[in-house]
Amino acid sequence: MAFSAAKRRIEIEAHPRVWGAGPALDSLARDLYGKLRAWTGLSPARMRTRKVFWLHVAMTDDEAKRVLGALLDPVSEVGVFGTLPDGVDEAEAPPWVVTIRYLPGVTDVVGRTVLRVVDDCLGRATGGTVASGRQVLFWGLARDEVERAAREVLYNPLIESVCIERPPRARDVEIPSPGTTEVPAVRTVPLRGASDEALVEISRKGMLALSLDEMRAIAEHFRTRGRDPTDAELECLAQTWSEHCKHKIFAAHIDYEGPDGRVRPIDGLFATYIRGATRAVAQARAAQGLDPPQAPFLVSVFHDNAGVVRFTETDHLVYKVETHNSPSALDPYGGALTGIVGVNRDSFGTGRGADLLANVWGYCFGPPDYDDALPAGLMHPRRIRDGVHHGVIDGGNQSGIPMMRGFEIFDPCYAGKPLVFCGTVAVMPVETAGRPTHEKYVRPGDFVVMVGGRIGKDGIHGATFSSLALSEAAPVRAVQLGDPLVQKMMFDALTEARDLGLLSGMTDNGAGGLSSSVGEMAELSGGARIDLAKAPLKYPGLAPWEILVSEAQERMTVAVPPAHIDAFCDLCRRRDVEATVLGTFTDSGRFEVFYGDARVVDLPLSFLHDGVPRMHLRAAWSPPAPRDAGAPRDAAAAGPALDEALLGLLARPGFASAASYVRRYDHEVKGLSVIKPLVGVHRDVPAVATVMRARHGRNEGIVLGEGIHPFYGPYDPRLMAVAAVDEGVRRVLCAGARLDRLAALDNFCWPDPIESERTPDGRFKLGQLVRCCEGLFDACVAFGLPLISGKDSMKNDAVFEGIKISILPTLLVSVLGQIDDVRKALELRLTHPGDVVYLLGPDTGSPVRTEYERAFGTAPGPTEPPPPVEACVETARRFVALRDRGGVRTAHAPGRGGVALSLAHMVLASRLGLAIELAGDEAAVRSLLFGETPGRFVVVAPAEHEPALRADPVALRLGTVVAGPPRLAVRVRGGGGFELDAERMRRVFHAEEVDRGA
Amino acid sequence: MAHDGKRPKVLVPTGYGLNCEAETMFAVSSAGGEPVPMHIADMVAAGPAVLADKAMVIFIGGFSFGDHIASGRALAHLLRARLGDALVRFVDDGGAILGICNGFQVLVKMGLLPAFGRRPGDPVAPQQVSLTANDRLGYRDAWVRLRIDRRSPCIFTRGIDRDVFECPARHGEGKLVFGDEATLPRLAEAGRIPVRYAGEDGEPTTRWPDNPNGSPEGAAGLCDASGRIFGLMPHPEAFAYRENHPDWMDPAGPPAPPAAPLLRAGLTALAR
Repeated sequence: MAFSAAKRRIEIEAHPRVWGAGPALDSLARDLYGKLRAWTGLSPARMRTRKVFWLHVAMTDDEAKRVLGALLDPVSEVGVFGTLPDGVDEAEAPPWVVTIRYLPGVTDVVGRTVLRVVDDCLGRATGGTVASGRQVLFWGLARDEVERAAREVLYNPLIESVCIERPPRARDVEIPSPGTTEVPAVRTVPLRGASDEALVEISRKGMLALSLDEMRAIAEHFRTRGRDPTDAELECLAQTWSEHCKHKIFAAHIDYEGPDGRVRPIDGLFATYIRGATRAVAQARAAQGLDPPQAPFLVSVFHDNAGVVRFTETDHLVYKVETHNSPSALDPYGGALTGIVGVNRDSFGTGRGADLLANVWGYCFGPPDYDDALPAGLMHPRRIRDGVHHGVIDGGNQSGIPMMRGFEIFDPCYAGKPLVFCGTVAVMPVETAGRPTHEKYVRPGDFVVMVGGRIGKDGIHGATFSSLALSEAAPVRAVQLGDPLVQKMMFDALTEARDLGLLSGMTDNGAGGLSSSVGEMAELSGGARIDLAKAPLKYPGLAPWEILVSEAQERMTVAVPPAHIDAFCDLCRRRDVEATVLGTFTDSGRFEVFYGDARVVDLPLSFLHDGVPRMHLRAAWSPPAPRDAGAPRDAAAAGPALDEALLGLLARPGFASAASYVRRYDHEVKGLSVIKPLVGVHRDVPAVATVMRARHGRNEGIVLGEGIHPFYGPYDPRLMAVAAVDEGVRRVLCAGARLDRLAALDNFCWPDPIESERTPDGRFKLGQLVRCCEGLFDACVAFGLPLISGKDSMKNDAVFEGIKISILPTLLVSVLGQIDDVRKALELRLTHPGDVVYLLGPDTGSPVRTEYERAFGTAPGPTEPPPPVEACVETARRFVALRDRGGVRTAHAPGRGGVALSLAHMVLASRLGLAIELAGDEAAVRSLLFGETPGRFVVVAPAEHEPALRADPVALRLGTVVAGPPRLAVRVRGGGGFELDAERMRRVFHAEEVDRGA
Repeated sequence: MAHDGKRPKVLVPTGYGLNCEAETMFAVSSAGGEPVPMHIADMVAAGPAVLADKAMVIFIGGFSFGDHIASGRALAHLLRARLGDALVRFVDDGGAILGICNGFQVLVKMGLLPAFGRRPGDPVAPQQVSLTANDRLGYRDAWVRLRIDRRSPCIFTRGIDRDVFECPARHGEGKLVFGDEATLPRLAEAGRIPVRYAGEDGEPTTRWPDNPNGSPEGAAGLCDASGRIFGLMPHPEAFAYRENHPDWMDPAGPPAPPAAPLLRAGLTALAR
């Protein structure tokens, strides 16, 4: 059998029988055409797209024909070896042909699957190489326009290359190789004799993100050991000690000068306020006897990959929310995809493995219509938005995990660095293979096994990179692309292994790669010893330190007892999942890393984990200057007419329907949904909170909500935290959650709060952080809400062309509620004419109204202190009591945008209307409708429950539910008011999408 | 196919990126069947013998091999090569096959559907139709109405006592395309399009969003001549509890979930 030319190229395009009408011939072309027009104004006369594969596989021509037959759809596609003819109509000018492919070394998931089909087809492991790419053909554009289209819509130079040509095209069959055959040698870094300047320079040049104090501590450690560190040791320490992994700011000593001018010491924000709040809640629960002593609510908090709380007699719940901000700024699609599949691994790898149940997302972007000049190197916010959505959609959908929550916030402060929150809830069997599942029991002698994907140069320095400001100097290698398929196959296999009792522990390979995962698990047994030469690589030529810290995706580090190692490896082999024994866990007290015979890392665990010097920082916060006291009532009354103001809010990005994105997230897979992300009779209104079953055949459910109030920060970061907690709790209560089974996660995203030349206002930003933590503590303790896991991302600044864009301090509080019977969950729609509508909760008269001010640019009205958090808790208790007596038909938790938005959402969700009657002057009505006072519920109650509401000291009657066409009618006693039909509200609510043609 | 009072076994192949096993197995149990999940690697290794004691095979939804080349293509290629003839013989001998979403894409690309012109005993037919990108590109998750063709030989849809039922559709490549113009009318004539996307009036439609992908005639699924192979894009198994329905909290309440009745009808037809 003669194997012919090993290098081939395949091009595939849509068959003419499936062409659509219009200038774009196939559906991908149609989608790109829409983006091209919306984002760049370019209108090609005609477009089409193609798939391109490059195959370096030894096979005969007959075999190659079979391969093409397997790859090509015989009904809907045409394809050839070589190049397809480029003209549609010979009379026309030839098109520009734009070919886009991944740069060498970037994960190519399609290429990998094509190779699998080739091997299947030929019945042998060919050991070949396959790359994939795509082609876009443009007619009717000039070359510079095609270049612009490529740059602004089609490709990302950080991960892809582009070739623009006209027929006749060159026949390019090469697949550039990313690797070299030589393994770079291990270097020793002379630290012991280095001056301070040299230490700083070594950290800066090596992208280590280590401070002078930290470099000095490392130099000192090695002085006592009489040698200099290897490059691998220094890298390992840099990853382990990174802000990303070690949370040094939350651990630092802080001298804080409060609004009263007095300075007091804080012995670590995390210990004082985060763990402190959870301890206080746990103690209060114990004192109240809420849980049986042998079954505490808090099962595992703070020490594992995600928090674990008790749910039913057979299952616990696991929850973690992460951010993936810097990678999403560089490569929105890949960065966000990596964010969601990465947090999946966190929840999955808790204890000895959990079953993934639901994903959540939340994004803060620059405005989609941003028209200020953007520094070179920053993408336009609308492109970041589009890429981030698609990355999380693909990552979540392909993993088979329903997306149950999502939100978007837009503000110019996020144009430098977007915030990309991704979270995952999992359900964990209380026991598997005869042991509590939340416990890892790694023992000396257990094998260190790396499972899943292979290691490449992608994702090197991710942890340290995210601990620095984003700038032109961002390392290209920090960008990774995830492969949900490899990860899903790995999860399936590890779940089988867990149930069979084959593993004693596992953890995710995320930030810091093997250095972090093995280094952390080594603490369980007391040491670890691994050989990097055994690690499977994507391509040769990686230095040992690169293998150690690479954050290449889809990998878990698993501890396998010797008795089970054969069964474990055999199971993985049968599931097409790569598993490699790298070494063993030990009790040597050391993290020892070899490359073959050479020892490249030898660090005491005590130094690795506890050797980082604690920072001592200064912080100060005082309230902003008092607001204009001149004519407060006039200021409060300023702005458009009430109905125009409400329509204006409904049309704003962040409040307007984002269904063209939201509908692309699968929220039905697993068949457990009860209250979906979009609700109402038209299924287009965002749910206050979502509800789903956790296991088939059971009626217990989880309830998900969140609170985020970045625009309160400039008023008072304490209020920002209280409002976030309060809103998250109110949301889940509105959907039916129990008040005594709530848990929350905190995600802090802050601009760099360390005072320096580049951050002269660091002391204030750190003061904002302290103030925010104080509010978080107070609110969590008051609500009895434990913080079970969290994450901080402390360097959300971007510096491009000398311009610094810093985010507003942002705290996300994600609340996980529980409901005993999902059939009692509450949705938003109005169902019974004659029901009464009340606003339950304390009123402050002239509250903060951030969204109204952002929308209409009016001078802010006077702000009075919000109600104390205890008053919010009291209201919540009374709401729950009323609800559990059957006194709540539906409820909304007014948040950003105020009560007006809550009422509008109820009407949009219904076939009935609301007749609202308010008292007071123009300013009072405006404050009531658009104020954002925490602690309030809009309650719709059956009329027979009105007496209880009427008797409530802080309940205000708003009106009634009325039959007829859905309409929000607001009458102001003494004159004024408005009527808005649902139809009119819906038109502005969906306006953005009508423009998009979706 | 005889069942001696025991619950009929339903094979549910899993792995390689498929992800609807939990709800599919729950629906099988609710319908009185015994779900037997099996990794496709184990199924292929076991060979045709794996079908011997099964009444039904359900190819579930998900992203087999990531749908990287085209939806279902890589898995269809693997299964056709290893089990294609065994699967058609299984149906010739009285077994049934259901394909949902990715499973439907796999059945179509394996040649099991529509298998126009194939007679019992013939080898597996070539691929005759395809499922391609939705007219509006991209994945979409929304509930759809499905109009049942009562003339269809499909054994599953007999279990639904209404002419229209609802369930979620969740796919990016669900538009049926045909190799020639004659195929669609001939399939329609033979009742081989058991379910069609319907508008609010209950009539078949090609209009988005009632028809999420632009399939001609509103075709949402296909069956073979025996009615024992049925594939469809939407997910009836994801409407297994009344609380799955978006309007379950309306005072009028939602219609009964179709998941169990569809499968029960399939299993009952086989047991007869």
